[in-house]
Amino acid sequence: MSLWQRRWRRFRRNRLSMLGAVVVVFLVLLAIFGPYFAPYPKDATGAVHIADRLKPPSAEHWMGTDDVGRDILSRILVGSRLSLGAGVIVLLVAIGIGATLGALSGYIGGAFDRLLQRVTDIFLTVPDLILAMAVSAALGPSLVNVVIAISLVWWPGYCRLVRAEVLRTKNELFVEATRALGTPDWQILFRHVIPNILTPVLVKASMDIGFAVLTLASLGFIGLGSQPPAPDWGKMISDGRRFLPESWWISAFPGMAIFMTVFAFNLLGDGVRDVFDPRARD
Amino acid sequence: MKLASYIAQRIMLIIPVLIGLTLLTFTLSHIVPGDPALLAAGQQATAEMVEQIRQEFGLDKPLYVQYGMYIKGLLTGDWGRSILSRRPVLEDLRVFWPATFELVSVGMLIAIVIGIPLGVVSAVMQGRWPDHFSRVYALLGVSIPAFWLALLLQWFIALRFGFLPIGGRINSQIGAPETITGLYILDSILTMNGPALKSALTHILLPAITLSMPPLATITRMTRSSMLETLNQEYIRTARAKGLSERVILLRHALRNAFLPTLTMVGLSIGWLMGGSVLVETIYDWPGIGLYAVKSAMSLDFMPIMGITFIYGVIFSLINLVVDLLYAAVDPRIQLT
Repeated sequence: MSLWQRRWRRFRRNRLSMLGAVVVVFLVLLAIFGPYFAPYPKDATGAVHIADRLKPPSAEHWMGTDDVGRDILSRILVGSRLSLGAGVIVLLVAIGIGATLGALSGYIGGAFDRLLQRVTDIFLTVPDLILAMAVSAALGPSLVNVVIAISLVWWPGYCRLVRAEVLRTKNELFVEATRALGTPDWQILFRHVIPNILTPVLVKASMDIGFAVLTLASLGFIGLGSQPPAPDWGKMISDGRRFLPESWWISAFPGMAIFMTVFAFNLLGDGVRDVFDPRARD
Repeated sequence: MKLASYIAQRIMLIIPVLIGLTLLTFTLSHIVPGDPALLAAGQQATAEMVEQIRQEFGLDKPLYVQYGMYIKGLLTGDWGRSILSRRPVLEDLRVFWPATFELVSVGMLIAIVIGIPLGVVSAVMQGRWPDHFSRVYALLGVSIPAFWLALLLQWFIALRFGFLPIGGRINSQIGAPETITGLYILDSILTMNGPALKSALTHILLPAITLSMPPLATITRMTRSSMLETLNQEYIRTARAKGLSERVILLRHALRNAFLPTLTMVGLSIGWLMGGSVLVETIYDWPGIGLYAVKSAMSLDFMPIMGITFIYGVIFSLINLVVDLLYAAVDPRIQLT
């Protein structure tokens, strides 16, 4: 049995993680195809139907309508593409910057390494959300800026991880052996070092993606994320606040969507970590 | 003596990081769209007034001069002025800090008081229902959006059933207790003010519970796994063989040693609590730094944001130092170097 088959078997044994994986696949499909299934696709943006405002959940509007009569379900479906897409981009940017700098830092060492480590210290010394808020406030409220802000706050984590892994791998016997055989540095980096650090990075990413979605929603809730009329899950919740407790559905369903998404990704991430890092298992 | 020199050493390491942080916030404040002088002057200001403000704040000087002025201000207690509150930022921070400190402390307390026993129980009952429950909770607790949970609690408990107040720090008719520490709970105890104590406690309950969810989850999990590791050690078997009671083994021998990783988690959680307080304070209208930060961010009032980022950097660095010191105090094997 191959290594991957064994890993897959171990993953499958964990029923909660399997559930998470199934929900994640479902959510990804929704993000891709959901907008085509949305019952009222125009409601995702600036449509106004005053006659339908604040309608409770019904056969026509499964999750009710908001204060200008837009269908909540349609907005959530279209919004899932925004939330998941932005979450993935945050990770790609954070990993791109963090892994590159971390690999260089570990490989070159010396003054460059020391300086870069102090720079990561700066970012790690302020709570995530506060720093992300400061950055996105400075850049101005928009989805792109929130993505930039969170990536900027998160790259140091990946930088540290990759640096540590590079330092570890660099001194492994098999790397030393290849070097003794005269393999050039860049080839060692790409053939031996990078494949070895890929696993921990993927594990961290699988655990972080849920938090990326959550942080995006949090900043959206504050009002720093995508601007109206875009169907931002966090913003939908804060817009619905004014209509509590009577029109509870406006805030309740987008919150449920965030919660389900983050929870599913966390279940999946937990399972992935168990498979790749048996020491972390209980 | 050794301890003092260790602390001095650590503080020397914190300083360059904080200087870096001021560079970061200073850069941020200069990429803010819009003219800060225009913003500070207000909409009815004439061109001369704007120009006067520009000179007053040194906005016409080169960047390095402005940075120098900013650092000088930070050191001499002039942290700039808030456009919104029209007060010095440092004064605002002094006014709002006790509320946040109180909220974060009570949230942390809830997380520790429930999380550690829950972790111990699920380690002892490994594989049985309390353990499964705590595992699911560990993931649920960190997945639930704090701002959404806050709304749900507000809606169910405060609005629908009227059990608890929906927001604020104290009933305005009762009024704040006489200020000694600025912490309402403590102040009302010190001044023997019964009604104020009751009001303060009922007001803090929902926000503190909301805030405690994620750290409660991580602390439970961390306690569980380090308890499991400790329970497999030889000295636990020795203790059992000696015929010690299970209670003594668990609390005196296992938990004490399992506490270290939990302590790290507590330190890290404080950072999360300070960040999360931004969301929770917004919903419960809790007059602390978090609410101040959100209001300032939304009106592009950047001096307070710089002040908050900086002070949180200082606090978080000091907390990490304290955690490391506690580490050495709990575990004599650890040498401070």
